Amino acid sequence: MDLVSRLLAGDPAALARAITLVERDRPAPRDLLAAIHPHTGRARVIGVTGPPGVGKSTLVDQLAISFRQPHALVGVLAVDPSSPFTGGAILGDRVRMARSSADPGIFIRSLATRGQLGGLSQATGDAIRLMDASGRSLILVETVGAGQAEVDIMNHAHTVLVVLAPGLGDDVQAIKAGILEIGHVFAVNKADRDGADRTAAELEMMLEMAPDCRAGGWRPPVVRTVARDGRGIPELVRKLDEHWDCRQSELDGWCRRQAAAELSETVEAMAGSRLREWAAKSGMWEEVLDAIVGRRLDPRRGAETLLSHYLDSRPGEDAGSPTGCWTGRRRNT
Amino acid sequence: MDRIIRVMVAKPGLDSHDRGAKVVARAYRDAGMEVVYTGLHQTSEQIAEAAVQEDVDVLAVSILSGAHSVLLPRIIGSLRERGGGGILVLAGGVIPEADVPALLEAGVARVFGPGSRLDTIVEFTRELAGGRI
Repeated sequence: MDLVSRLLAGDPAALARAITLVERDRPAPRDLLAAIHPHTGRARVIGVTGPPGVGKSTLVDQLAISFRQPHALVGVLAVDPSSPFTGGAILGDRVRMARSSADPGIFIRSLATRGQLGGLSQATGDAIRLMDASGRSLILVETVGAGQAEVDIMNHAHTVLVVLAPGLGDDVQAIKAGILEIGHVFAVNKADRDGADRTAAELEMMLEMAPDCRAGGWRPPVVRTVARDGRGIPELVRKLDEHWDCRQSELDGWCRRQAAAELSETVEAMAGSRLREWAAKSGMWEEVLDAIVGRRLDPRRGAETLLSHYLDSRPGEDAGSPTGCWTGRRRNT
Repeated sequence: MDRIIRVMVAKPGLDSHDRGAKVVARAYRDAGMEVVYTGLHQTSEQIAEAAVQEDVDVLAVSILSGAHSVLLPRIIGSLRERGGGGILVLAGGVIPEADVPALLEAGVARVFGPGSRLDTIVEFTRELAGGRI
């Protein structure tokens, strides 16, 4: 059997290999992703983010076990940073996922960021889709230890869980923009430690003041947990489920926004690389570069020059409307 | 661009000493590889399952408990059962010379005993991984 049919049948080795392929080949292997696309869009995706050392991996371990009851197959993607110097990485999230890794129904894959900022790796979106297609109906995505600006997870997860712990800073930290804005559910982990009540209270206050920018009238709850021994986990699961129920009403809109973000990103990358290729081949790239370095042209005008020459060199290509190459049929689930 | 080599460093069984495993993991990282570390007290099945899920090129097993002659063949067997027969297995730790031929026979690619140099381990791993598609 080929890779795609083995993957669709749920074979873990095929899923593992497919993730390697999307990680290794950028741009990702087109045929593989095209083949699985009709089989995606079924999984529920929960993102787990928060600063380093707050207990994200331990919490993910607990959640994966808890969700095994309603979901036969659970997937976990754990992202850790690559070294900016050597490109190497220590992927250590599994150390904290001992219970999940003893359960063959839970598939854990560690990903290195490979230079990507934003808290995820470039292949994370594709890896989620592959897990989805292989029948993992619940997927937990753990970001790198995130501070403030690592918000990419919001584009991939239906629910974002932000994990904090006592003693990370005062309430000014809590009103900054960034990851605190993207959370749908908050966990104050290590709640058996001093200061947990204060951290939870400050968080609640901050959320109280926040304009209701999260859709569906959802007010993000704060749950106290001790991931090490499982305290608070049932309550956390309940809140995550409530948010999922609340999401249902606008799931179509969410899917469309997500697809739009992805399409526009892909279009930009594709158009950019075509334009660069053409400019390099025609020699215009070097010409414009010389002009910029010589202060005769600014980078923006340089880019406009390349673009207009590129369009002029391909008469008729941008005229007319697309015809006949696709049916535009909507996927039913 | 060179493809990034993925290695798993695993500690099977009851032995609790992972200083050596961590030093080797660090050396792999510094050589530009991605290293998945499993943590202590893993069963052979868990290690094989994890190595398959992570689709690593090389599985480096550290054993200081004396149980190598039992654990390593069991790990290799579990890998094959799960479709991970292509993953190359290295062993390190306190392993007597006399036990090495049987381990190589069982499918271990190489055994690194006490005093092995880190650059030797890294170089060998790189060569080994280079042969895998």
